[in-house]
Amino acid sequence: MSASYGFNAADLIRFLPETILTVMGTLVMVLDAILHRRGSNVFGHMSIAALIAAIGGAVYAYTEAGPAFGGMLMVDGFATFFRVLVLVVGILTVLPSYRFLARQDAETSEYHALLLFSIAGQCLMAAANDLIMVFIGLEISSIASYVLAGYFRDDKRSNEAALKYFLLGSFATAFFLYGVALIYGSTGSVNLTIVRGVIAGRNAPAPVFIGVAAALMFVGLGFKVSAAPFQMWAPDVYQGAPTPVTAFLSAGPKAAAFAVFLRIFMTAFEPIGSGWEPLVWFSALASMTIGNFAALRQNNIKRMLAYSSIAHAGYVLVALTARSQVGTAAAMFYLAAYALMNIGAFAAVSHLSGRGEQYQNIEDFAGLGQKQPLTAAMLSIFLLSLIGVPLTGGFFGKFYIFKAALESHLVWLTVLGLLTSAVAAYYYLRILVMMYMREPGEAVENAEPLSPGLRAALILPALGTLLLGIFPGWVLEFAGKSAGLVK
Amino acid sequence: MNLPTLILALPLAGFLIALVVPRSSPRASRVWAIAISLATFAASLALPIVFDRTVPGEQLTLDVPWIATPDIHYHVAADGVGLWLVLLSTFLTPICVLISWRSIQNRVKEFYAFLLLLEFGLVGVFLTQDLFLFYVFWEVSLVPMYFLIGIWGHERRIYAAVKFFLFTMTGSVLMLAAIIYLYTRAQTFSYPAIVDMIWSGRLSFSPGEEMLLFLAFFAAFAIKVPIFPLHTWLPDAHVEAPTAGSVMLASVMLKMGTYGILHFCLPLFPGAARACAPWIVVLAIIGIIYGALVAMVQPNMKKLVAYSSVSHLGFVVLGIFTFTQMGLDGAVYQMLNHGISTGALFVFVGLLYERRHSLEISDYGGVATAAPWLATAFLVTTLASIGLPMLNNFVGEFLVLQGAAIANFKWAIYAAIGVILSACYMLWMYQRVFYGEVKEEVRRHLPDLNLREWAVVIPLIAMMVWMGVYSQTFLPPVSRTTAHVLEQTQVNVPFQVRIQQPPQMPAEAANVR
Repeated sequence: MSASYGFNAADLIRFLPETILTVMGTLVMVLDAILHRRGSNVFGHMSIAALIAAIGGAVYAYTEAGPAFGGMLMVDGFATFFRVLVLVVGILTVLPSYRFLARQDAETSEYHALLLFSIAGQCLMAAANDLIMVFIGLEISSIASYVLAGYFRDDKRSNEAALKYFLLGSFATAFFLYGVALIYGSTGSVNLTIVRGVIAGRNAPAPVFIGVAAALMFVGLGFKVSAAPFQMWAPDVYQGAPTPVTAFLSAGPKAAAFAVFLRIFMTAFEPIGSGWEPLVWFSALASMTIGNFAALRQNNIKRMLAYSSIAHAGYVLVALTARSQVGTAAAMFYLAAYALMNIGAFAAVSHLSGRGEQYQNIEDFAGLGQKQPLTAAMLSIFLLSLIGVPLTGGFFGKFYIFKAALESHLVWLTVLGLLTSAVAAYYYLRILVMMYMREPGEAVENAEPLSPGLRAALILPALGTLLLGIFPGWVLEFAGKSAGLVK
Repeated sequence: MNLPTLILALPLAGFLIALVVPRSSPRASRVWAIAISLATFAASLALPIVFDRTVPGEQLTLDVPWIATPDIHYHVAADGVGLWLVLLSTFLTPICVLISWRSIQNRVKEFYAFLLLLEFGLVGVFLTQDLFLFYVFWEVSLVPMYFLIGIWGHERRIYAAVKFFLFTMTGSVLMLAAIIYLYTRAQTFSYPAIVDMIWSGRLSFSPGEEMLLFLAFFAAFAIKVPIFPLHTWLPDAHVEAPTAGSVMLASVMLKMGTYGILHFCLPLFPGAARACAPWIVVLAIIGIIYGALVAMVQPNMKKLVAYSSVSHLGFVVLGIFTFTQMGLDGAVYQMLNHGISTGALFVFVGLLYERRHSLEISDYGGVATAAPWLATAFLVTTLASIGLPMLNNFVGEFLVLQGAAIANFKWAIYAAIGVILSACYMLWMYQRVFYGEVKEEVRRHLPDLNLREWAVVIPLIAMMVWMGVYSQTFLPPVSRTTAHVLEQTQVNVPFQVRIQQPPQMPAEAANVR
């Protein structure tokens, strides 16, 4: 390993998004101390500006694609795809947060600073090509999101969510770190490309070390993406956390964790693929089954969407099980579609939840179609996409995933997965039934008109969902091109 | 412009514009819906005129790439069967708009928007030649129907709508898996290309594989038809749906299933289709008789008509799986007949409901005295439905029975029992509703047909007579296409259709012949 520890201008360009986010995050905190303007919108505007600049930075970094800092980062199409994705998720989290924070009368500066730091960590994860970098990114992202989950100090559920998330999350990270240590011990490197070379090479270390290391990392990452059997935390955390934070948790960290998942398992552990395939196969099926069946019985919409997000993690794992470039591209596409539709659905939930988040039940959506047709129509698009009805991004995502699975001869996984997705239709339909087929209830009567931020947070992802559903070509093409770079 | 594309574009544009019509003016929504649906019908009338009846396969093709990887095309074309089903859809949509004119007062704008979206989905199903696109339209038609039942239906509408959605969805995902599997083997979604590959032997499946694929497709279609014992969603959906929903559901949506069987299951998986035929025929015959018997004891008119649909569609399925030219022709003709006559029955039941606000047969009696024209029109429809000669159903039932008799005489006997039973339940209902003592409620609430209702009734009855008297207008392109299907299925080829490449006939198929 001949890494040089100096850096040059290209390295800095490739590190641009993280730099922008960190600087702006710090600036937000400093400004807060100077301005003393509690609940100001300024910090939200700054976050949006930072995120848009970071998207620009990520795209610019891609023009200088290549490894950075002695191979610790790898800025390629794959990294850029996920960087842009988590940044877009960030924007879509900030937009509904304006009104949400104002309604709860909450501090805004820390919220936005934490959000920016968390996203910086996720950008780092997306680009990391080194297990230590992965770990650092994971920690930056996670610690900020633990705090965000408990952002309402006085709220019991928010506290519970944060504590649970923190305790279980720390365990998961520890598992991951054990895996890293084992890899370093047995291969002498933490760089994924080098690790892969050693594992595939003639002097490969004993399979038991690599196998145990892969299993430990699988546990750690499985927790982060809320895949079964490591999904237990998700419903409680999703329910307790402030709704925009839940939206963020269900999309951003998940996408970044999947990026790491794909990169590690399709690069370093690709040579032992036949070993981990059954593990992921089982986890995928268990996630889809547990997620979709448990969601049937939920009345709290945040809890229901939590189980649904477990199921969706299962779909992405199906793509991983396919162990092919097509599968990786399908996973990337799906995560993009999923992020848009899920975060959009949560935006609608946060709009309706009211002061103190008192309206979280499915019954509270009764009559939304009559009182607020736009909100209801947008939420319908997200729900139909989550069901997987054609002409939405969710459908194409599912289609690509199961196509990849069938190409890898995973017939049973495909059939069972698709059948669980038919079951899923039931619980999404329940919300549609409420919105359009019932008379308005208390929650809808009390709902405030859509604020501009929320309007954007609903319309933009809805347009994105339809775009991905009708013209998926350009995103898929980019994903397909980038998926090859993983190897 | 490509004609099928035009027929698709009109209702889609209609839907999009209907979404932005101001909510405050329900009249604008109605007028827009009738205008655009009539325009679509006018455009589709050109279809049989420009359609070349001497060509067996699809024509008026437009094939442009939609998505590069996987290779998905916007590929539409008309064939001799799809052609008439498209016309049926576009013919019934303005009728549905008219019958909803008065009865839908709540959320009018959304109602017509969904109706136009439904038309778009249905027409798309019958026009597309790309398997992926087919699935897209198949699912797209599901959503508006779900809302039509769920929002504007009767008391148990939510239960019915959700049941309808879930039943169909379960079948659909199996079909989706099969479609993707076909793609991984054929590397294309183009239906003609895949049929060609299978037919010329460039693509072949192991028997087990073929059977599973057949069953996956068949499950989706069988639920939609519905074939006994998968029919349980149908009575609920029909009874709870608003009249327009019932009409579109019975007349066109159920045909998606039978069309799918004919268009996809037979040519793509001929071996499995032949192997399963005896079992499916048994289910079809059970459906014919069971549907008729259950219809007979229904106290509710809509339920009665719904179960009669199960019975009638049993005929269609029977006809298809006789693998004879007459059986297939009869099946297709029966699809159209059922569309017209059962559609009309639902219209009449809807008219009665609007007047008396009841669907129970026992709430009526003596309607013929109060509303003689309504009674007369209903009588014609009833007679058509039970297969009186000179009216449409007779032709279809005759052909199906003939085909069944050629294939296996016992089948024809059992199916004929269904025809007799249909006369029993229909006439008995007619008698109880229209004759007998004139109930006080009926006398007070039952005006005769008004102008708008005449406009609905006359085209329907005209079609019944036309299709009964001069089936030659409709049957030749159908026969061309069904002969082609039989050719592709490699059995019972009755007359030579020109083929570019001689098929490699397996020994088994030759024996059947």
